[in-house]
Amino acid sequence: MKKVRLMHVSKITPIATDTIELVLNNAEVAQLAIPGQFLHIAVPGHTLRRPISIANVNGDTVTILFKTIGSGTKALASINEGDVLDVLGPNGNGFPIDTIKPSIVLLIGGGIGVPPLYYLAKTLKRKGCQVISVLGFQTKDYVFYEKQFKAIGKTYIVTDDGSYGHKGLVTDVLDDITEPFETYFSCGPLPMLKAVRDYLSVTPGYLSLEERMGCGIGACYACVIPTNDKNGYKKICQQGPVFKSEVVKL
Amino acid sequence: MNHKLAIDLPGLALKNPVMPASGCFGFGREYSQYYDLSRLGAVIMKAATGTKRLGNPTPRVAETASGMLNAIGLQNPGVDEIIRTEVPFLASYDTNIIANVAGSTIEEYVYVAKQFNNSTDVDALELNISCPNVKEGGIQFGTDAEMAARITDKVKQVSQKPVFVKLSPNVTDIVTMAKAVEAAGADGLSMINTLTGMQIHLPSRKPLLANQTGGLSGPAIKPIAIRMIYEVKQHVSIPIIGMGGIQTAEDVLEFLLAGASAVAVGTANFQNPLVCVEIIDQLPKVLKSYGFKSVNEAIGKGILYDKSNLSCP
Repeated sequence: MKKVRLMHVSKITPIATDTIELVLNNAEVAQLAIPGQFLHIAVPGHTLRRPISIANVNGDTVTILFKTIGSGTKALASINEGDVLDVLGPNGNGFPIDTIKPSIVLLIGGGIGVPPLYYLAKTLKRKGCQVISVLGFQTKDYVFYEKQFKAIGKTYIVTDDGSYGHKGLVTDVLDDITEPFETYFSCGPLPMLKAVRDYLSVTPGYLSLEERMGCGIGACYACVIPTNDKNGYKKICQQGPVFKSEVVKL
Repeated sequence: MNHKLAIDLPGLALKNPVMPASGCFGFGREYSQYYDLSRLGAVIMKAATGTKRLGNPTPRVAETASGMLNAIGLQNPGVDEIIRTEVPFLASYDTNIIANVAGSTIEEYVYVAKQFNNSTDVDALELNISCPNVKEGGIQFGTDAEMAARITDKVKQVSQKPVFVKLSPNVTDIVTMAKAVEAAGADGLSMINTLTGMQIHLPSRKPLLANQTGGLSGPAIKPIAIRMIYEVKQHVSIPIIGMGGIQTAEDVLEFLLAGASAVAVGTANFQNPLVCVEIIDQLPKVLKSYGFKSVNEAIGKGILYDKSNLSCP
């Protein structure tokens, strides 16, 4: 049977503008988590849980990153080390790690879509993949995990205003990549995912989607995405959040 | 089985009065991974329509103070597919199955009701004339007493199974609605469905929900549900399944006192997937601590103030 799990907050760190990194302790969750899955976290004083993707796993700890945008994420940012979070998960289907052979892979992340790609990058590197990452942020102040990604492989940083790294959109640097990558993985805002998919239309790819969620386990039908298969839709929380790029209608 | 919790409704012998509310529990599969669904008094399935519906565009949910808005739009695979794949799954558990019947036209409601009536595993119907999130049908049948009575009558004509009519709170006088469907043959009432609401996203100035409006649920609407059940109970003799923001066994007792004979738990499942069984576990203790020997004993035992002694200075 699945459980409601308790996770101890072992570290809380603001790592960029409006961006918080939480390290949570729970051996069972750490053991189960695969890249691309998310935790559905109860926020004190709020009706709905907040789905937040897993950014890293280290021993018994799971790291998550989130942006403090609304009242829920602001409340979550105000918890203290030693507090306990009530969590469902790991939920959803992650990236298809087992099907990826040692090869050159491209990771493309935008903003708060970057975190799940870090755990993915680590895992793929361990599998023998050469990982190239393109990470987009609003401005210099929003950039995070640059060092961590660079330790794994070649990494391009892109900012909207050019205040750090390349100026422009993540798709603007894709022409610079000469390595023959075989698969791409992307997570970020919908317009970015659309642009990436159009740009890399002949390369097999996987997209990780986000949506406002209710139950987070597939029962309430809040977070559906139209699909090109005969069923006509998929549930992001349960059948995603990772989908083959050609399956979903963006 | 705890006999103190057992309660009989028309066509339903419930082992306890707690059931997940329609639309908040899918067809039970996801929650069956958290606990044995045989613990539940009944399961009210997600609404069924005559044919498959894909529902509304996203975002479909938005959080509010002490509640949430939803505008799913009756997404479901259609009644025949539900009977083929979902009902047999739920029938493998020792619980009652209540089918929520929806549609855009009276003919569609009648078709859905007929199909469920022919499914031996379905124990009762809940007539959904109160969904606020579809363009046609739903709430338009539930806010006009004559329409509500007509559709109740038509569905009763094709159903040997008991029919609980789910009332909308988006009306001026819910008692009129309740009396109308009782007179048309309803075996019971479910109340309340969600209240229509709206939330605007400041940066974009757009409604948070793609459907513009949605149904408000959660603890925010509990006092409205209690008031409406209390009012309706004074005027009808058919039993009421109460719902609206229930989170705890104490909430259940409050609904029983107001006049409900059983309860459905909705939004709280999203916060805590185990909430229904936790409430069932707590209920005997809560009943006892407020002086009741059984669920049955508490129904309608809320006491009104004698208003004749109250006056404004």
